[in-house]
Amino acid sequence: MFEIMDKKVLAPNIKWIRVRAPIVARNAHAGQFVILRLHEKGERIPLTLFKWNEEEGYIELVFQEVGKTTYELGSYEPGDKIMDVVGPLGNPTPIQNYGTAVIVSGGVGAPIGYAVTRALKEAGNRVVSIIGFRSKEYVILEDEFKKISDELLITTDDGSYIRKGFTTDVLREYLENGGKADYVFTVGPVIMMKLISQITKEYGIKTDASLNPLMVDGTGMCGACRVTVGGEIKFACADGPDFDAHQVDFDELMSRLVEYRPEEKIALDKYMKGGC
Amino acid sequence: MPKPLKKQRVPMPEQDPKERIHNFNEVALGYTWELALEEASRCLQCPVNHAPCIKGCPVDVNIPGFIKKIREKDIKGALEIIHETNALPCITGRVCPQEQQCEMHCVMGKVGDKINIGKLERFVADEAKKMGIYPEVYIAPNNGKKVAIIGSGPAGLTAAADLVKMGYDVTVFEALHDYGGVLIYGIPEFRLPKEIARYEVEYLKSLGVKFIKNVVVGKTLTIYDILNDYDAVFLGTGAGTPNFLNIPGVNLKGIYSANEFLTRINLMKAFKFPEYDTPIKRGKKLAVIGGGNVAMDAARSALRIGYEEVYIIYRRTKEYMTARKEEIKHAEEEGVKFMFLVSPVEFVGNEEGNVKAVVLIMNELGEPDESGRRRPKPVPGTEFGLEVDAVVFAIGQRPNKVLYQEVPELKVTKWGTLIVDEKYRTTMKGVFAGGDAVRGEATVVLAMGDGKRGARAIDEYLKGEPWPEKIEPKNF
Ligand SMILES: Cc1cc2nc3c(=O)[nH]c(=O)nc-3n(C[C@H](O)[C@H](O)[C@H](O)COP(=O)(O)OP(=O)(O)OC[C@H]3O[C@@H](n4cnc5c(N)ncnc54)[C@H](O)[C@@H]3O)c2cc1C
Ligand SMILES: Cc1cc2nc3c(=O)[nH]c(=O)nc-3n(C[C@H](O)[C@H](O)[C@H](O)COP(=O)(O)OP(=O)(O)OC[C@H]3O[C@@H](n4cnc5c(N)ncnc54)[C@H](O)[C@@H]3O)c2cc1C
Ligand code: SF4
Ligand code: SF4
Ligand code: FES
Repeated sequence: MFEIMDKKVLAPNIKWIRVRAPIVARNAHAGQFVILRLHEKGERIPLTLFKWNEEEGYIELVFQEVGKTTYELGSYEPGDKIMDVVGPLGNPTPIQNYGTAVIVSGGVGAPIGYAVTRALKEAGNRVVSIIGFRSKEYVILEDEFKKISDELLITTDDGSYIRKGFTTDVLREYLENGGKADYVFTVGPVIMMKLISQITKEYGIKTDASLNPLMVDGTGMCGACRVTVGGEIKFACADGPDFDAHQVDFDELMSRLVEYRPEEKIALDKYMKGGC
Repeated sequence: MPKPLKKQRVPMPEQDPKERIHNFNEVALGYTWELALEEASRCLQCPVNHAPCIKGCPVDVNIPGFIKKIREKDIKGALEIIHETNALPCITGRVCPQEQQCEMHCVMGKVGDKINIGKLERFVADEAKKMGIYPEVYIAPNNGKKVAIIGSGPAGLTAAADLVKMGYDVTVFEALHDYGGVLIYGIPEFRLPKEIARYEVEYLKSLGVKFIKNVVVGKTLTIYDILNDYDAVFLGTGAGTPNFLNIPGVNLKGIYSANEFLTRINLMKAFKFPEYDTPIKRGKKLAVIGGGNVAMDAARSALRIGYEEVYIIYRRTKEYMTARKEEIKHAEEEGVKFMFLVSPVEFVGNEEGNVKAVVLIMNELGEPDESGRRRPKPVPGTEFGLEVDAVVFAIGQRPNKVLYQEVPELKVTKWGTLIVDEKYRTTMKGVFAGGDAVRGEATVVLAMGDGKRGARAIDEYLKGEPWPEKIEPKNF
């Protein structure tokens, strides 16, 4: 059992938790994730490691409530226990000194982007963070990003905070104005990653995207997470989750993500009605 | 006058196919005492050192010996004889391909039906369990040495059982949230109730084996971390990574590996959705590609979650199917439709990206391949379509590389299986391996045999046998 040590609400439906999991913290690296199962009847869901602390034996996760499992996790309070947490899973994001690295994250991609940004900064890069949110009330981790970014560009879809526009607009302007980018890392909604990768392809900038397909085991055993990269079948959990964005079939990923939409709705409705 | 020998085997009572396709309860119901005694009475009691049945058993169960004890109504005695070489009879009795092993050689076959050895073995194990009888085991005093077992499938569990009895401090590490490997996530409830694997794990715990779940070795802990804390390691990590055919449409929605399909149903209990949170798609028509046990399990599970038409698509002919005969028969009784000499060439999707048809091509059998089986050859121009809502790939699995992708010392074959020698030693000092991880997809009883011999080899190593300069690869 894995105890929730602390919890905060960062924005509507976006929560941060700290979980006691010394065995996960021990070998954790930026870009990796855990799979958790809340209880005996629970589903296994992946969440990325936001932060971790080996000495104190905990990990931190940030998640958005989108369906049954994430809403239920959102209802857990400090002291409550999660039945299973396994990880760190997936390959660490390949971190090196590229020169200037631009990290483009959208929505709840931000916590994942954060871990990678921090690692890129520690590796000596000049880091430029571009983060986008729906509107002002959804802006999260601004201070955290400020601390580790050489340049921080925040945008909101509706213009209610800082500026109006999508992360793609910001990246394009940045590059058009002569902004340097030797490497781009992107994480967030699939459509955003797709558009970002189109831009960086025009500019010929090496780009990795962190993919988030449906997963079951997270260890390479089921193939639920398969994605097409450069025409080949890859398992995001074992071969990724980061891939060369210019090779990824984003449309296929988008399609596969909604495979269980009707069932997810049944599960969520039942949960909201107080079933369990 | 002795009674004349009964030629026919005593059939095992089974759930009616019409009923059983609506539930996940076990299909074969087990012998009663009366039936078991009748079947046992048919055995000719061949002398142990000549009994042909024993030669067919990969773990040398003393078959006439335990059958004699059944006749004497001595369950404890029968159990103890089996346990001399087989720690998991309630599992092997259910899932061994007996017709290719012990039963294949039974001399009764010359005059009538072969003895139903598997069913009798299961009877002994089940009856013992019911009566709360355990075999008497001797556990050597703790010798201060620690052994780590990676993977809790039949190979790992068997190695753990033997090592703990030899006095080692044994810890089993498992990646998933439950123990048993394929026994819990692959083989369905209606063939092997999960409670049986659980019972065996509890028994091992009672002998002192420690179990730690949610540890993916290679990620959570590396093999180097483990070698720091343990004197020897046994890798029983199986062959868990599924193969797909890279043909057009393979990633359409509704196309699964058998592992995903069965894991959702067995391990995650998707058949009880929404009581359990994990969903599974329920449609009308489903095609399974493959002809082994895995394919039969997927097809029969599909019927049970409500698919109305289920096809087995196999590229060779019926006699080449690798599934146990009993399972093929069960699948036929339940209404699974078999299509032989066909292979998929493409999947067609609808606007939403869901699979709606599979395009198949007819094969003819050509020259035999390395396995001696005639190789299927597609016949150009014979393509045809089959409408489906879902497809399950059951075309084989290879070992999962997560464990050793960053361990250059561990050498693998071109199939990705770990290289070991006669004594199950890998190319890394102190690290042993067995089961599907070294054989590729094989069987439960072969994995158990490896676990047993692996345990013996670990014991010899930890008692001072030197590690060889060079590992001479054993061929499986
Ligand atoms: C490697 C990886 C890392 C992830 N890290 C995070 C994270 O740090 N924070 C976070 O909030 N989420 C993360 N996700 C997404 C998260 O796993 C899903 O939101 C979660 O599984 C939803 O479960 P649910 O039962 O609450 O909702 P469901 O009812 O299962 O789904 C509700 C809706 O969410 C969408 N959804 C479901 N699964 C995913 C998914 N894997 N990715 C994107 N959308 C999905 C579906 O399209 C669906 O319509 C990650 C996913 C992956 C694969
Ligand atoms: C659907 C299906 C039906 C089958 N039917 C039959 C049958 O009827 N009869 C028969 O004899 N055989 C059958 N088989 C084959 C048989 O189940 C296998 O040969 C046998 O289970 C192999 O045992 P094993 O111990 O080597 O590996 P497995 O049973 O595969 O167990 C390996 C374990 O190791 C764990 N693991 C893997 N990697 C790691 C890691 N890095 N860290 C920690 N843990 C890890 C896995 O999670 C798993 O629990 C079937 C197989 C399947 C899939
Ligand atoms: S272990 Fe398998 S092969 Fe051996 S006797 Fe039992 S059923 Fe037959
Ligand atoms: S070969 Fe057949 S008849 Fe002979 S001992 Fe074995 S089971 Fe009995
Ligand atoms: S989640 Fe099962 S293989 Fe990746």
